[in-house]
Amino acid sequence: MSGFEHHRRSDRVIATFTGFEADLLRSLASQLVELLRNERAEPATPSGDPFEAMTAEFSGATTAPEDPVLARLFPTAYLDDEEAAADFRRFTEGALRDGKAAVSALIIDTLEDAGLPPELTEDGLVIDVELTRDDAESWMRAFTDIRLALATRLGVEAGDEHYWHSLPDDDPRAQAHDIYEWVGYLQETLVEALSS
Amino acid sequence: MGLVSAASPVEVEPTVTPDEITYLAKPWVTLVWDDPVNLMSYVCYVFQKYFGYDKAKAEKLMLEVHTEGRSVVSTGTREEMERDVQAMHEYGLWATMEKA
Repeated sequence: MSGFEHHRRSDRVIATFTGFEADLLRSLASQLVELLRNERAEPATPSGDPFEAMTAEFSGATTAPEDPVLARLFPTAYLDDEEAAADFRRFTEGALRDGKAAVSALIIDTLEDAGLPPELTEDGLVIDVELTRDDAESWMRAFTDIRLALATRLGVEAGDEHYWHSLPDDDPRAQAHDIYEWVGYLQETLVEALSS
Repeated sequence: MGLVSAASPVEVEPTVTPDEITYLAKPWVTLVWDDPVNLMSYVCYVFQKYFGYDKAKAEKLMLEVHTEGRSVVSTGTREEMERDVQAMHEYGLWATMEKA
């Protein structure tokens, strides 16, 4: 595993994954797409006001999502103005959700187009990925969302690396944290490749 | 500031330039807050790519976010700041806006 590199002659960003790694990335991206699509934004809380109830059906969410991952992906824009925050959310959250689902879906499509089968069965599979700069930036954004999701679920905090590394190897949280760090490594190489 | 002249009912302050007038009409800021997840290199990349800042300015802002917990990354009208905050959320940065 060597991460992403910028290929000067073609101006593409390239990476090679094992079948296992590609399958893992697809699984992470799929989980995020599912979360974004299934936990739909709730419309404004019905208050008994018939006009409000009617408009709520046609408008987006106005309150922060309950799921902490979604609350982190769609932060409240105004800290001291609830009404402005609700309006901002109503007009932006739907598009942000679609955009985030689209960049994670791009990871899945790219890996499958590069030869990742629906079910990983064979050993020794190698998946070569070749991305335009635009697609590489989409991958980079999707890696951010995936890392934010993993970190929120795990409760990652600043300067807590020692804690995670002190957990026994077979602890599922330690394994999830290893995956979080691996995606961070991939993203670091992707940022570097895009900066060249 | 000039003296108020009683003789002239409409006082135009001649030292106010158009730039300052524009500045006065732009009382909003976008703030980016520190989080333990986003990579320093990524945050720098986003500031350069989206705002068009040079590397030195992007790094300075990123370090301000990191050490002080937050930094003002752009200033403008309310509508402009709403666009910037939405763009930061697209990139997964924790951004808010407020009156300057």
